[in-house]
Amino acid sequence: MTEEELKALRARVQQGGPAKYRERLASQRKWPVRERLARLLDPDSWVEDGLLAENLEPELAADGVVTGLGRIEGRPVAVMANDPTVKAGSWGVRTVEKILRIQEKAYDLQCPMFYLVDSAGARITDQVAMFPGRRGAGRIFYNQVKLSGRVPQICLLFGPSAAGGAYIPAFADVVIMVEHNASMYLGSPRMAEMVIGERVTLEEMGGARMHCTVSGVGDLLASDEGEAIRWGRQYLSYFPSYYGDRPPRAASALPRVGDWTGVIPANQNVPFDMMQVIERLIDDGSWFPIKPLFAPELITGLARLDGNPVGIVANQPKVKGGVLFVDSADKGARFVTLCDAFNLPLIFLADVPGFMIGSQVERQGIIRHGAKMIAAVSEATVPKISVIVRKAYGAGLYAMAGPAFGADATLALPTAQIAVMGPEAAVNAVHYHRIQELQGQERQDFIRQQREIYQDDIDIRRLAAELVVDEVIEPAALRSECIRRLALYQGKTRAFSDRRHPVAPV
Amino acid sequence: MQAIVASLAGTVFKVLVKPGDRVKAGEAVVIMESMKMEIPVETEADGIVQEVSVREGDFVNEGDPLVIVE
Repeated sequence: MTEEELKALRARVQQGGPAKYRERLASQRKWPVRERLARLLDPDSWVEDGLLAENLEPELAADGVVTGLGRIEGRPVAVMANDPTVKAGSWGVRTVEKILRIQEKAYDLQCPMFYLVDSAGARITDQVAMFPGRRGAGRIFYNQVKLSGRVPQICLLFGPSAAGGAYIPAFADVVIMVEHNASMYLGSPRMAEMVIGERVTLEEMGGARMHCTVSGVGDLLASDEGEAIRWGRQYLSYFPSYYGDRPPRAASALPRVGDWTGVIPANQNVPFDMMQVIERLIDDGSWFPIKPLFAPELITGLARLDGNPVGIVANQPKVKGGVLFVDSADKGARFVTLCDAFNLPLIFLADVPGFMIGSQVERQGIIRHGAKMIAAVSEATVPKISVIVRKAYGAGLYAMAGPAFGADATLALPTAQIAVMGPEAAVNAVHYHRIQELQGQERQDFIRQQREIYQDDIDIRRLAAELVVDEVIEPAALRSECIRRLALYQGKTRAFSDRRHPVAPV
Repeated sequence: MQAIVASLAGTVFKVLVKPGDRVKAGEAVVIMESMKMEIPVETEADGIVQEVSVREGDFVNEGDPLVIVE
């Protein structure tokens, strides 16, 4: 091969698939795969492997996937990116091998792994060679499981992620989906109609909005590719490159607002917006929510405190009273595991009436889902601060890293109240028969009197006297208290229990 | 037509609208009581109330319609 021939070959392959597919991208609100990479990575940092894969087949440029290493904010990252103009981004033999090799590179280099997914799935014509064997497509997921918790795995979903391919997002730490373009499904609507007789649109069954609001398989819903890529870079700024490192520090910033007047209502039964507490606690501009549209009765998100990344788990009394449900328990468990894997301290902001009760949630298995969150919180050995903002009732206290769950400190605000249940339910449970015997005014007086006694019993002053909480502080002191404590907790030992691994509730 | 449904199981504490009322997106139409919390249920779209399907004190399950807005 002459140098000219090499130049021409490289230029042809770098263009991607046939012109008719490339020209269609703009109308699909999509960027070419190399444009996506250029926007994700620092300039001039890219090195590519396997550009010439399948170059003897003119239709299979790079075999439909671009793989290589680059940098984000100076830090090395590994990337695989499907090219939707080459056979709709489908996987052939070399596609799979290229993805496996870049994953193995990420493992060896201990650097984050990005998956830029836009793929129709397996090339069925090549299935024997690419699907079942030792280096077949399944190995991609096996590698993902091995990488999980070792390096951050970030999935940006620009198009379909179909059938087996749908497991790439499932095994990533975070999935950012572009609205209207991104989708995930095991069987397409056409297949669903053929096999089970269901008529359904792609958007309803596997669209980005559905996955980010209902199924919880997606984390963030981006309005376009530019936003998805910006969020991908921003997400990484909270994480170390691998589990053995500290999260990177950024410049400190004061909270957006400092005035706490009227933020937390004293009446425990009245809802308020927990985001008002969060924005008074964290550095201005540092909030990065995870799954904000899914199970919003629990807020989970990344933030910075005096420049240092932290994970925040907060009940949202504004939505469903802040009660924990099946989905919110899953969301909390997953987020706590993520932060613990990558050394991000956790701050819990509790205002929780408990886990939901009733036949509906029992049938959904609220007990095992709640157990999942409580197990994740127990096993998290990063510094944990549990802040009791208002009420923390029943197993809600456990899920929010109550005193028995290895919190380094349980801090209470003056509005805090910790109990097995609220005064109304408790008085009814303890004095049920006596209440039934009484009539009219006498009954009312008795109930009020008993509630007052109970209220005194769970008053925060009483709980501080009994050492249930470690410190009671006014809201305005919360930020500086957390900053000082987290700085002091940095050297915490991380061992939890001597064993292979837990038998986790699922 | 849009049915505003209960966000969780509980009892209807207060009905804040009646048929013919004009409502705006984000406005509470019903306050539920569940787990000893008052939980407002909001409409997601502007419209006019066609029907109120529940009365104060009713028990409703998650997903049950409370108010129909046109």
